[in-house]
Amino acid sequence: MAAAFDEMKGHDGDEIRPAYGELSRWLSEVPPDVLDYRRREAELIFRRIGITFAVYGEADATERLIPFDVIPRIMSGSEWRLLEKGLTQRVNALNMFIKDVYGAREILRAGIIPEDLVYRNPAFRPEMNGQRVPHDIYVHIAGIDIIRVDAETFYVLEDNARTPSGVSYMLENREIMMRLFPELFSRHRIAPVENYPDELLRSLKSVAPLSTPREPTVVLLTPGVFNSAYYEHSFLADKLGVELVEGRDLFVKDEIVYMRTTQGPQRVDVIYRRVDDDFIDPLTFRSDSVLGVPGLMSAYAAGNVTLANAVGTGIADDKAVYSFMPQIVKFYLGEEPLLKNVPTWRCREEEHLKYVLDHLPELVVKEVHGSGGYGMLIGPTASKIAIEQFRAKLKAAPNNFIAQPTLALSTSPTCVEEGVAPRHVDLRPFVLTGRNGVRIVPGGLTRVALKKGSLVVNSSQGGGTKDTWVLDG
Amino acid sequence: MLSRTADNLYWLSRYVERAEYLARILDATQRLSALPLAYVGASNEWESAVLTAGCATGFFKLYDEANEENVTDYLAFSTANSSSIRSCFEAARHNARAVRTALTMEMWDAINGTWLELKRYGNGPTSREEFSRFLRWVQESSLRYDGSAYRTMLRSDAYWFSRLGVYMERADNTARILDVKYHLLLPDNERVGGPLDYFQWAAILRSVSALTAYHWVYRDSLKPWLVADLLILKDELPRSLSSCYEAIVRNLDQIAGTYGRQGAAQRQARGMRTRLQNSKMDGIFQRGLHEFIGEFITENNRLGGAITEQFLL
Amino acid sequence: MRPVIVQFDQQRFRHPKSPMRIRISHATSYHYESPPKSVTQVLRLTPRNDDGQFVVNWRVEVSQDCQLHQHEDAFGNVSHVFSAEGPFDELSVTVAGEVDTHDTHGIVSGAIERFPPGLYLRETALTTPDAAIIDFAEATRAEAGADALTLLHALMMGVNDEMTFDVEPTHVETTAAEAFAGRRGVCQDGTHILIAAARHLGIPARYVSGHFYREDDVTAQDAGHAWAEAYVDKLGWVGFDPTNGISPTEAHVRVAVSLDYLGAAPVRGTRYGGGGETLKVMIDVDQASWQSQS
Repeated sequence: MAAAFDEMKGHDGDEIRPAYGELSRWLSEVPPDVLDYRRREAELIFRRIGITFAVYGEADATERLIPFDVIPRIMSGSEWRLLEKGLTQRVNALNMFIKDVYGAREILRAGIIPEDLVYRNPAFRPEMNGQRVPHDIYVHIAGIDIIRVDAETFYVLEDNARTPSGVSYMLENREIMMRLFPELFSRHRIAPVENYPDELLRSLKSVAPLSTPREPTVVLLTPGVFNSAYYEHSFLADKLGVELVEGRDLFVKDEIVYMRTTQGPQRVDVIYRRVDDDFIDPLTFRSDSVLGVPGLMSAYAAGNVTLANAVGTGIADDKAVYSFMPQIVKFYLGEEPLLKNVPTWRCREEEHLKYVLDHLPELVVKEVHGSGGYGMLIGPTASKIAIEQFRAKLKAAPNNFIAQPTLALSTSPTCVEEGVAPRHVDLRPFVLTGRNGVRIVPGGLTRVALKKGSLVVNSSQGGGTKDTWVLDG
Repeated sequence: MLSRTADNLYWLSRYVERAEYLARILDATQRLSALPLAYVGASNEWESAVLTAGCATGFFKLYDEANEENVTDYLAFSTANSSSIRSCFEAARHNARAVRTALTMEMWDAINGTWLELKRYGNGPTSREEFSRFLRWVQESSLRYDGSAYRTMLRSDAYWFSRLGVYMERADNTARILDVKYHLLLPDNERVGGPLDYFQWAAILRSVSALTAYHWVYRDSLKPWLVADLLILKDELPRSLSSCYEAIVRNLDQIAGTYGRQGAAQRQARGMRTRLQNSKMDGIFQRGLHEFIGEFITENNRLGGAITEQFLL
Repeated sequence: MRPVIVQFDQQRFRHPKSPMRIRISHATSYHYESPPKSVTQVLRLTPRNDDGQFVVNWRVEVSQDCQLHQHEDAFGNVSHVFSAEGPFDELSVTVAGEVDTHDTHGIVSGAIERFPPGLYLRETALTTPDAAIIDFAEATRAEAGADALTLLHALMMGVNDEMTFDVEPTHVETTAAEAFAGRRGVCQDGTHILIAAARHLGIPARYVSGHFYREDDVTAQDAGHAWAEAYVDKLGWVGFDPTNGISPTEAHVRVAVSLDYLGAAPVRGTRYGGGGETLKVMIDVDQASWQSQS
C-alpha cells in the first residue's frame, strides 16, 4: 500500500497545498497547549449539549461522546465544485434507478443488473411495486460517503439512501468551531453550512403531494427517545421548526394522515421519517411494530402523503447494487460517471469469488447489507486466523459479500496525544433532492480514524469527526 | 401542539407537584409522631399518612401495619409504589425527556438535576436528620422546577398545560387531606377534641404550607372551621381548592382563547369555580363536609378526564 | 352510511368443464369489553377472476359507519381499507358472494401477475428454511429427482405426511421452521413449509389464501383455507394443497396471493384504545344451486 495522500501536504509531504496555507501558518504559530485547551473546551461544550439532550444516564449512565477534532478539514472551491457535480449526477441516477426498479424495470430487462439481486434483496420492498411518488423523487436526502486517494481522485465508498444520519454533527461542529476559533475563521472565507435546515425544509415542502391545497405540514417521525439518533431527530425538528412526532402521534383516517394535537386532528402532508421501512406500518410490514402508523402505506399509495425518503430506497444502499453504479449512471443518464466507484468484486459471481479467495490478505471484504463497519474483513491488518475464519464465512454464503482493494484514504492533520499528526479521513456530504433539483450544502461530515494507521472511521469503532471547510472562490 | 407533548408537560408538572406534597405529608407526620402520646392521642399517624397520600391499597398489600420505617420507605423511596417520591421524580424526568425541546434549558436542568441527585439518596436515609434534609431537598427541587417554569417559559399553550397539571394535582392533594382528616374539622369537634387537636390542625396546615398563612388571614388561634374555610374557600391561599380552581379556569380560558374554541373542560371548570365562589362554610357544614369533599374529588377527577379527552389524546 | 360494495353485477357464466358454483360467506366479528376509539383494518377478502374461477357476485360489508377504500395491492390482490370511529362494542366485517369454478388440474392461468416468478424466491421471516426444512427438501429431491412437477408433488405429499392437522400449537405468527419442528399445525403452517422447501430448491413459490368446499358437506368452517403455488417452466403457476394432499380443484377459490401469510392475510387490523377484544370467525362454503336468468 502506497503512502497516503495528505490533504495538507500532498503525496510527498514537502509542499503545503494552497487551501491549507493559512491553517498551516496558524498551526505553526499557535502554542500546543492552546490547541489542547480548546480541545477540552470543545469536549465540555459537547458534554453539556450531551447532558441536556442525549440518551444519557439510563442506569449505566454516560453515553460516549463522539470525539471531535478541532483541526478542520479544508477543501478548495474548485475541489468542491468537482464533487458537487459528481454527487448531483449520482443522486439523479439513484432516483431514476429506484423509480425504475419499482416501475418499468427496464434495467432488469436490459440485463444490466441481475434480477435476483433486486428481487431477493431484503431492502427491496415488493409493496412499493407500481407506486408513484410526487415528482418521481425517492431519495430526498442522501449521504454519499466519499474517500480521496490523491489530488484529483475521489471515490464513492458507499451510498446511503435510507435514512442517512450525521448531519447534526456537521452543523454542531461548525457552530463549535466558530465559537472556539473566531480568529481562524476571519483568516478564511468559508462557505456556510448553517442554511442546511432551511434547504431541507424547502426540499421537503417542495415534494408535498400534488393535491395539498395549502402550505404543506411537515413532521419528523422518530422511533422515540430510546433510539440512538434521537438527539439528531430532536435537534433537526427544532431547527426545521416542525413537530417531532412518534408513530402514536399520527393516525390515518380515510387515507389521510393526521397528527393528534391539542386542537384536534391536523393533516400531515410530508413525513421526514427516521423510522425504518420494516417498522413504518404494522398493517403492511412487521405486524409487531409499535413505532409506526397503521394504515400509513394506504395513505401513501393513495398519494395523500409524501414519505422522505420513500419506502424501499434501501435497495440502493446494497453494496452489490453499488458495484453496478457506473452502469446505472450510464444507463439512465447516458453520461460517464463523474465520481468513481471503488473497484468491487462481487463474490456472488464465480470468477470474482475465486479472485477474492485467492487474495484475501490484500482485500477489504464487506457484507452487502452491512453498515457501520461491522462484519467486515480488512485483509492487510487481519490475523491469519481471522482470515481463515472469514474465508469459511465467505464460502458458506458468497452472495452476502463483496470485496474491494485496500485503499489508502487521504489523511488530514489531526490533534492527537503526541501533537498534530496525519490521520485517515472520509467525507459524507448530504445531498438534498426536491422538486427544483439537487441542493448540496458545501461541506459535510468528515470522519477521522483517530488511531494511527487505522482506516476505520466509523464512530462505533473509535472514529471521530471534524468540521469540513469549503473555501469560497 | 402535539397532544402527546401537552400530555407530557401536564404530567411532568403533576408528578413534581405530587412529590412535593408527599414530602410535606411526611414532614408533618414526622412532627406529629414525635410528640408525646398525650398530645396526639392514640391514632396511628403513619397510617393516616398513607391514607392521605392515597396509596393505602397498595401499601397494605405489602405491609400489615403502618409504622415509621415502612411508611417512609413506601412513600419516599419505594419502586413498588408508582406514586413514591422517587417514582414521581423518575416519571417526571421520563416525561421531560420525551418533550425535551418543549422545555427551556432551565426547566430541563432543574428536573434532570433532581433526577441525578436522587441517586445520591440511594435506597433511603440512614437517620432522621438525613431524612429531614431529604424532605427539604424534595420541596426545594419542586420550587426550583416551578420557578424555572414560571420565569423562563414562553406564555403559550405549552405553559398553560404545564400549569394546568400543577393546579389539578394541587387541588386533588388538598382535597385528599380534607377527605382523610375531615372529622377533625367538624365544628362540634372542639368540644370533644380539646387541646390535643391543636397539633392535628397544625399538621393539616403544615401539609399545605399554610400554618403561617392561617395566622395572617384570621389573626386568631386555630379553629377547625377556620382551617376548613382556609383550605376550601380562601382565594388568598395558593393551595386552597378555590385558589386552585381560579388558576385552572384562568389557564383553560387562555387555551380556549388561543385556540378560539370552547369545550367541555372549560365549561366544567367554570362550573366548579362558580360553586366554590358561591359557597359559605356554614352552608357546607350544613350539607355535610364529608359529602362536599367527596363530591369535589369526584368532580375534580371528572375534569381531569375531560381535559385528557379534549386535549391530550 | 354502511358501505356495501358490489364487486360485479350478477352474471351467469358457465365453464365448459366440471363446473361448480360455490357460495361463500365469511364473517369476522369483534366484541370489545372496553370500546375502542377507532379501528383500522386492511382486508384481503375479495377474489378476482382467472381462467379457473369467475366471481359472479361479491360484496363487502362493515357493520360500523365508515368509508371503505378499495385498492389493488402490489401483488394484484383486491384490498379494502377502512377506519371506523368508536366507541362501539361490536364490529363485524362480512363478505359474501358466489364464484363459478372448474377444475384446471391445479394450473393457474389468466390471473393477474404483477411480478415475474423470480420475485417469489425471496425469503421472508415466516418462510426462512432452517436445517430441518433444508434436509427435508434435499432428501425429497434426492428421491424424487429434478423434474419440477414430480418434485413438487413429492414435497407436497411429504408435508402432508409429516404434518398432523392441529389448531392448538401454532398461531398466525408461527414460522415454517417452528411449525415443522412440532410437526403439527394448520393449513397456513403446511403451506409455509412447502414454500420454504420449494424456494430452497430454487423453485419460485407463493402463498395463496382462499376457500375450500368440502365434499363431506361440512359447510361451516372457522378459518379460511391456504395452499401454495409454485412456478413450473412451461406450465406456469401450479397449485399444491399440502393440507389435502392434492392440487387445487374446482373446490378451491383463490382470494389473495403473496410471499407468505402476512401479505395475503384476510384481515390485518389495529385498534386505538379499548380492550378485552374477542374475535369470532364464521365461514360458510357451500355449493350454490345454478340459477337461470332470462
